Amino acid sequence: MIPYIANTKKDVEEMLKCIGVESVDDLFKDIGPKHSPKSFNLPSGKSEFEVVKKLQAIACKNTSSLINFVGGGYYDHYVPAALSTVMSRSEFYTAYTPYQPECSQGFLQALYEFQSSICTLTNMDIANASLYDGGTALYEAAMMAIRVTKRNKIIMDGGVSPIYRKILKTYTSNLNFEFEETPVTHGHSDRDKISELLDKDTAAIILQNPNFFGAIDDHSDIIEQAHSKGILVIESVYPISLGVLKTPGEMGADIVVGDGQSLGLPLNLGGPYFGFMATKKKYVRKMPGRIVGETTDKQGRRCFVNTLQAREQHIRREKATSNICTNAALCALQGLVFMSLLGKQGFKELAELNYKKGEFARQTLEKIKGVEVKRSSPTFNEFTVCLSKDACYVVEQMINKGFAAGFPLGRYYKGMEHYMIIAVTEKRTKEEILNYAKALKEVLKDKS
Amino acid sequence: MELIFEKSVDGLRGYLNPNSDVGDAKVPSKYTRKEAAKLPELSELDVIRHFSRLSKRNFGVDTHFYPLGSCTMKYNPKFTEKIAAMPEFADMHPLLPQLKQGEKLVQGSLEVLFEMEQLLCEITGMDAFTMQPLAGAHGELTGVMMIAAYHKVKGNKKKYIIVPDASHGTNPATAAIAGYEMICVPSDKNGVIDLEKLKEVVTDEVAGLMLTSPNTHGVFNSDIEKIADMIHAVDGLMYYDGANLNATLGRCRPADVGFDIVHINIHKTFSTPHGGGGPGAGPVGVNKKLIPYLPISRVIKDDKGFYSLDYDYPESIGYIASFYGNFSILLRAYAYILLLGKEGLKEVSNMAVLNANYIKEQLKEYYDLAYDRHCMHECVFSASKQAGRGVHAIDIAKFLIDQGMHPPTVYFPLTVKEAIMIEPTETESKSTIDWFIEKMKEADVLSKKSPEDFKDFPKTTPVSRPNEVKAAMDINTSYFI
Repeated sequence: MIPYIANTKKDVEEMLKCIGVESVDDLFKDIGPKHSPKSFNLPSGKSEFEVVKKLQAIACKNTSSLINFVGGGYYDHYVPAALSTVMSRSEFYTAYTPYQPECSQGFLQALYEFQSSICTLTNMDIANASLYDGGTALYEAAMMAIRVTKRNKIIMDGGVSPIYRKILKTYTSNLNFEFEETPVTHGHSDRDKISELLDKDTAAIILQNPNFFGAIDDHSDIIEQAHSKGILVIESVYPISLGVLKTPGEMGADIVVGDGQSLGLPLNLGGPYFGFMATKKKYVRKMPGRIVGETTDKQGRRCFVNTLQAREQHIRREKATSNICTNAALCALQGLVFMSLLGKQGFKELAELNYKKGEFARQTLEKIKGVEVKRSSPTFNEFTVCLSKDACYVVEQMINKGFAAGFPLGRYYKGMEHYMIIAVTEKRTKEEILNYAKALKEVLKDKS
Repeated sequence: MELIFEKSVDGLRGYLNPNSDVGDAKVPSKYTRKEAAKLPELSELDVIRHFSRLSKRNFGVDTHFYPLGSCTMKYNPKFTEKIAAMPEFADMHPLLPQLKQGEKLVQGSLEVLFEMEQLLCEITGMDAFTMQPLAGAHGELTGVMMIAAYHKVKGNKKKYIIVPDASHGTNPATAAIAGYEMICVPSDKNGVIDLEKLKEVVTDEVAGLMLTSPNTHGVFNSDIEKIADMIHAVDGLMYYDGANLNATLGRCRPADVGFDIVHINIHKTFSTPHGGGGPGAGPVGVNKKLIPYLPISRVIKDDKGFYSLDYDYPESIGYIASFYGNFSILLRAYAYILLLGKEGLKEVSNMAVLNANYIKEQLKEYYDLAYDRHCMHECVFSASKQAGRGVHAIDIAKFLIDQGMHPPTVYFPLTVKEAIMIEPTETESKSTIDWFIEKMKEADVLSKKSPEDFKDFPKTTPVSRPNEVKAAMDINTSYFI
């Protein structure tokens, strides 16, 4: 007897009798013998205790004790305890898409507040109620730009995450649009190269700030140039950095996307996170994903509903703006609670603190022989170094010393085998940074 | 209820950042925003109270019966939350396994992904799975891109994907995004795809057929292998939309009846929380002929039991997600499958189907059945009779909210007029279902006696009958505009 099934033997008998069949098997008559499974060789069931014990043992095969300096778009930020209190409200986590607004006002209002928070964070007019994650949000943004401009070439700046680039490549090679890239630079986007590529077939250019190498830029000039040619600008952002950095809205971007992981979600080996997307009011009907809107009920009371559903697959089917149905609303709620706990001042301070930690680490490490900081412009909380030894080797050695030291760039960029990006969040203390520097010095000095 | 922004008080905060122990560097002003984001300012208590109160304005499975057809809103066991919260799993950075020797650091997580793949293969009969797709529709897109890759390599000139009229909207939307034209085939009098009509449209240009089984009428298609033969005869591929897998666990495996690709809505069948609309997970399984096209990376295990990531698949469609899938969702589902085991999973489908048939039998005198035959895990009624009295499916839904439940799905599938689609799931007791049946009967009685009453429902909720037209016309989607 499974603890999640509530029918007793007697119940089952009564129900069968009512239906007018002898056995449960009779209900499956449409599935004939020829449809029977060739095998269904699964393990037998276990008790809760046994499963928890087994999974705890598997969990222990992970190494969770390393001090983390790996970022690459996904960051080790502190998650305030109050988050789990809200997230454990089962009225939220055991609900589904708010199809019936009267019994879903809690979630609908929260999603409206989430959209509002994303709008103020990015300085954009409109945000949707979440997409799967940052990478797929970027793909959705590219598709949206193609719909808006009716052109089909996408240009991607060399500073955009190589993880996102690979995803875009998959979609472009299987779907019908063109894709070009500008060369990689560690600092600011290459204005000259971008100018050359922006042409009348270009739907959008994708930029990222801070870029994958940590560099901060002001893209206003690129955006102005793109707009003069009818090209949209998609800006991929790291939400924590927007506590202090010039916003995509201030720069004039058309579509903003990002991954919400840094807003209070555990790293979880890659998910679930949430993606967010914000845009200008004039493009709202071209935007994918669910959107919650304010309205009034028949008595004039303020309330919230899923709105502009005529864009969506369950209404529009093959003409929808996207095929997305399930999104990441629960994760978006977590992001909202995070932003609400930190608040206006706290969020700004958190961004500033990350910047300070990054600066301190950079200044500390650049004094080490064998470490060259690659920096032609300011960086946020992550920066690129060129090491005197192969970065993969260095990272391997640093693991033995208790550090996840950074992400070697050779994995994604040929010729950059000595390069590594190092992320420093507010969780890293001065002491940890100094110990890291000491360990790195030893690894680089070592003659092997 | 007030918005959190309306409760904001200058200077309050709900969380205190650590002080800087590393000096006071400042971002050059050229790169800074003009003014701080207007996030709300509240104490921790006020944040908690705000969200606690919001939660009370929301129905969930833990508080309300939730027979939302097509969504499999079953109970989410709590022990899986405990497992998902284990810091050894939760704190793993996704780039760790991509470091040199980094796979050593995440052997536990990779084991979960690998073992989950083995379980899903056995459950569906498929030969391999990718865990990467982040939801069902993402799985569909992945699957259809693999269909395209298969035909490209074989040099097949394909143009169409066939979809039955009762399909979920994601199927045609996915086919369109992947660049295929869609052919929609109607259902026959038994509620399954019309074989004669299907024959007319199956040509050499058909890339594949997407089918939900049992379909959204709650019917299992006994001719499934005939359909598969027809599609395979033109070298088309059979795509199984796993939205309704909860009906057939251990009774029928998609691979055994001719499907080439499946996606599984993990958050439905394997019971993971997806409050408000997600997150989900949509692993895609394939048979041998499609393995070369699976997305990268894939988790492999060597003879010594060491797990690693393999990227060496030259014909792969590439990267479809940032990492390895929604890990903690897959982890919860893994724990769920281990607990239920072989017999438990069969029992899930048995009881889901029994509960749905019991409802169908009890209500068929009161509501028109879309198809009068045994159903699988859900039953579809039409409120046409009641609509004749001026009481529509949506009015009945609002009545049911006042009775203290989340209503069934209404107006889907689109093939049934005034559709009411009921999926009780296996986790509900007979007494809850009897209570639901009584309420449905009451709604019918009331529709005869005083149909005008329905316009006032729901009365017990904080708001009633929002003006959706206004929401779409005067667009207000942010507090700040």
